[in-house]
Amino acid sequence: MSKYKVNLKINNLNVSVDEGTTILEAARQLNFKIPTLCHHDDLCVAGNCRVCVVEQVGNRVLPASCATPVSEGMEVLTNSMKVRQARKNIIELLLSEHNADCTKCFKSGYCELQELSNEYRTGDHIYLDVRTNNTIDISSPSIEKDDSKCIRCQRCVRTCTELQSVSALAVTHKGKDMKISTFLDKPMNDVVCTNCGQCINRCPTASLVERNYIDQVFDAIYDPKKFVVVQTAPATRVAISEEFGLGPNRSTGKMVAALRRLGFDKILDTDFTADLTIMEEGTELLTRLKEALVDGKEVALPMMTSCSPGWIKFQEHIFPDMLDNLSTCKSPQQMFGPLAKTYYAEKINKNPADMVVVSVMPCTAKKYEADRPEMRGSGYKDVDFVLTTRELGRMIHQAGIDFEKLDDEKYDSILGESTGAAVIFGNTGGVMEAALRTAYEIVTGREVPFANLNIKPVRGMEGIKEASVKIKDVKSEWSFLEGVELKVAIAHGLSNAKLLMNKVKSGEANYHFIEVMGCPGGCIGGGGQPIPTNMEIRKKRAAAIYEEDEHLALRKSHENPEVTEIYKSFLHEPLGHRSHDLLHTHYTPRKRY
Amino acid sequence: MDNKIKKVDLIFEKVDYLEILDRSFKRTQDEIILDVIDSGLRGRGGAGFPTGLKWKFAKNEEADQKYVICNADEGEPGTFKDREILTQAPEKVLAGMALCGKATGANEGFIYLRGEYNFLLPSLNATIDKFHKQLKELKFDFTVRIKSGSGAYVCGEETALMESMEGKRGEPRNKPPFPTTAGYLGKPTSINNVETLVFALMIAKEGPTKFREMGTFDSRGSKVFSVSGDTPKAGIYELELGMSLEDFVNEFGDGDTKAVQIGGASGFCVARKHFKETVIGFEGIPTGGSMMLFNSSRSMYNILNDYLEFFEEESCGQCTPCRVGCQQLLKGIEAVKKGVRPPAYLDDLQKLSETMKLASKCGLGQSAPNPFNSIINNFREEIIY
Repeated sequence: MSKYKVNLKINNLNVSVDEGTTILEAARQLNFKIPTLCHHDDLCVAGNCRVCVVEQVGNRVLPASCATPVSEGMEVLTNSMKVRQARKNIIELLLSEHNADCTKCFKSGYCELQELSNEYRTGDHIYLDVRTNNTIDISSPSIEKDDSKCIRCQRCVRTCTELQSVSALAVTHKGKDMKISTFLDKPMNDVVCTNCGQCINRCPTASLVERNYIDQVFDAIYDPKKFVVVQTAPATRVAISEEFGLGPNRSTGKMVAALRRLGFDKILDTDFTADLTIMEEGTELLTRLKEALVDGKEVALPMMTSCSPGWIKFQEHIFPDMLDNLSTCKSPQQMFGPLAKTYYAEKINKNPADMVVVSVMPCTAKKYEADRPEMRGSGYKDVDFVLTTRELGRMIHQAGIDFEKLDDEKYDSILGESTGAAVIFGNTGGVMEAALRTAYEIVTGREVPFANLNIKPVRGMEGIKEASVKIKDVKSEWSFLEGVELKVAIAHGLSNAKLLMNKVKSGEANYHFIEVMGCPGGCIGGGGQPIPTNMEIRKKRAAAIYEEDEHLALRKSHENPEVTEIYKSFLHEPLGHRSHDLLHTHYTPRKRY
Repeated sequence: MDNKIKKVDLIFEKVDYLEILDRSFKRTQDEIILDVIDSGLRGRGGAGFPTGLKWKFAKNEEADQKYVICNADEGEPGTFKDREILTQAPEKVLAGMALCGKATGANEGFIYLRGEYNFLLPSLNATIDKFHKQLKELKFDFTVRIKSGSGAYVCGEETALMESMEGKRGEPRNKPPFPTTAGYLGKPTSINNVETLVFALMIAKEGPTKFREMGTFDSRGSKVFSVSGDTPKAGIYELELGMSLEDFVNEFGDGDTKAVQIGGASGFCVARKHFKETVIGFEGIPTGGSMMLFNSSRSMYNILNDYLEFFEEESCGQCTPCRVGCQQLLKGIEAVKKGVRPPAYLDDLQKLSETMKLASKCGLGQSAPNPFNSIINNFREEIIY
């Protein structure tokens, strides 16, 4: 659809833009930067912080440029006397209610309010202090909420409602008491929050940050009695570079080198257990299909992936009647933990009681997941500490390691070998693609019928994707699948997940297998990933993931030699007795409030 | 009564509203709207947008559904005329809504009733039931329902009101789009004050001329005033617009009037020395009806303090200039009074109030500094000492 062009003047320069463009976007086209705080590319317009106000000739008031569409003949000034005065006053007002303990603040250096006040050199602090005392909510193992730093921009509320359909955060009270809170002001851990951390990614200040475990991890590293192993998630390796101003980049080797320099005893890979997940989950799917098609049993289908802990908690709260559809497989992080403290401990001759398993995740919900009482398959807490990509970045900075100059290093063995199929777990559609690569081959003995193993229909940033694969010429033991058209769907971001679940529930859509990732773009857009985030950044991270996959010699989970070995010597078979004890879990129905 | 103050009786006049409607329904939409435009009627809620234009904008929108809303969220401190209109002449309000429905092409209307006025519900609902039957006889498809507010002042702001009606938190929206384009449920909506709707009905009855000939160029017709404060004659009066404040005070004052707050908490405070040149109307100081008189026994500091406490609490809190600005103005005058800040701090606060006027998202934040500025300008010494 062609759009009408609208002609206007910004700071006396002519510009012609599409109808419906905001003044802010039009100014960006002319390379005029207008400061913003409540605006976020991923979210709907709010227009409530007012730092983006501009002067519009003929308008009595200063409109918010983020919320005002252009109109023909409009004349806009983005930096007039009036605008400057108003903007400065507004920043001052925000500072007067903000707990500006910048030197101690976790967000110092990448706080948008700090950046703006530095830019405007608001040193005078003319206004009275109107901060209110509050206690920081640390009830959640994932998210820390500090209202004293909140500027009420409502980005978190819009994230929680629009992007995630969770609505754990909402605006309550009015006037001076207006704040962002939860249902009945309950602690974050007692509400419907899924710990996805998307609010953290969009909070301009440090009102919402992850619970950080940096000191605990360093304490473990320095403790000579402890044997500290670290596992790294697929999506961290393409984003950690952003913490050093290097943009989204493949930096697996540098990350491994940095971890080694930080003093971890062994650098291992969650990708190994991602491959293992495919073996377990793929077998589970095929078993469910067999039970349904051959044995005529009542089996919960479609089967749904269980790698994303934000998604799992969402499902427990919102669709507690569909928990049987979830794969019983633990997430790769939680498969790694118990294997490290049993299989691996035995191999390296360590007492699991002396082991500390740390994971580096693109995720905040993983912190909650590691704390679940059922995640103690090894007899110990399987995963002791979970760090976000950001926390790892902070540790590397603190240790004085020059990330950019590091030479690539390799993961330790065992539990360090992985395939391209595991790397793509980081992208939306990745688990599905990895599962199809393996399941199709198990059933037919042939590779998936897609060029270079790249299953394009399950890739991309579309909210809900559908695909189907016709299964033909199967091996004799899978004859019941001959001619079956395997239907799959993929959703990322919990709003999309909710849409998809409602379709499945109503019978409007039928699938065999569904992949859901709680965060937009999958784990690469996770709540523990570097800040800022937007579609452009997520696309770059996703591209880096696919590039990593293409560069690996092994690209199918069942070809991972360490996976073959662990089945041979320890697990014996997928869904076997040991797998059941260590690699599978159950879910808990929860209320919405 | 002094002849400079002219009492009018349009709002409460008993009329055959069904006859007016019957006649109007036979006219075209444009004819009805043109009469309202010609009359010069401007919104009686306080902001004073030309009513005929508003109706025309709504009429010109193409939509499968349009709405009429009667704004009865009468929350401005010192205003109580809508309550009286809804008590004494509810049929005329409903008829005004139906007229607006006809003119704009809407078949559904809502009264957004201030929560504190819920005691009116039984009688209003009975009147609505009767009105629906009467409309059926006139073969006109229009229904009215009541939605109750919950006590937030900001919900009188038209877009916050619509958010509230939609079951959401009552926070003003960004404009544009204006309600005539995208209002209640995103549909074209004409939202009018209770009194405005009754005047529209009376204009349909009498034609535009009689209304236009009253008042002044900018402020046509008459207006219902809520008179309160230090006056022996507190109450509701319909008066022709355009009178000077001096004439008003001569009529309603107690002989010792020191200042008049025109337009409620969000209006302006006028000191005695300016009574003569102050016109009550859109060319001077407009009001949604509230006229509060203060005599020399009153402390202007306390009055301002009250208003600012009101705004500090009644700001919806979403936009920075209003949420924090209101707190700063209140804390600021307290600090000056206590000597924690020098008197010159009031000048800083006046600069802040300029920012609030320019940069707040809605009318609340834009007008909250009005009492501050007008009281500081007129009674600075009372604030400081």
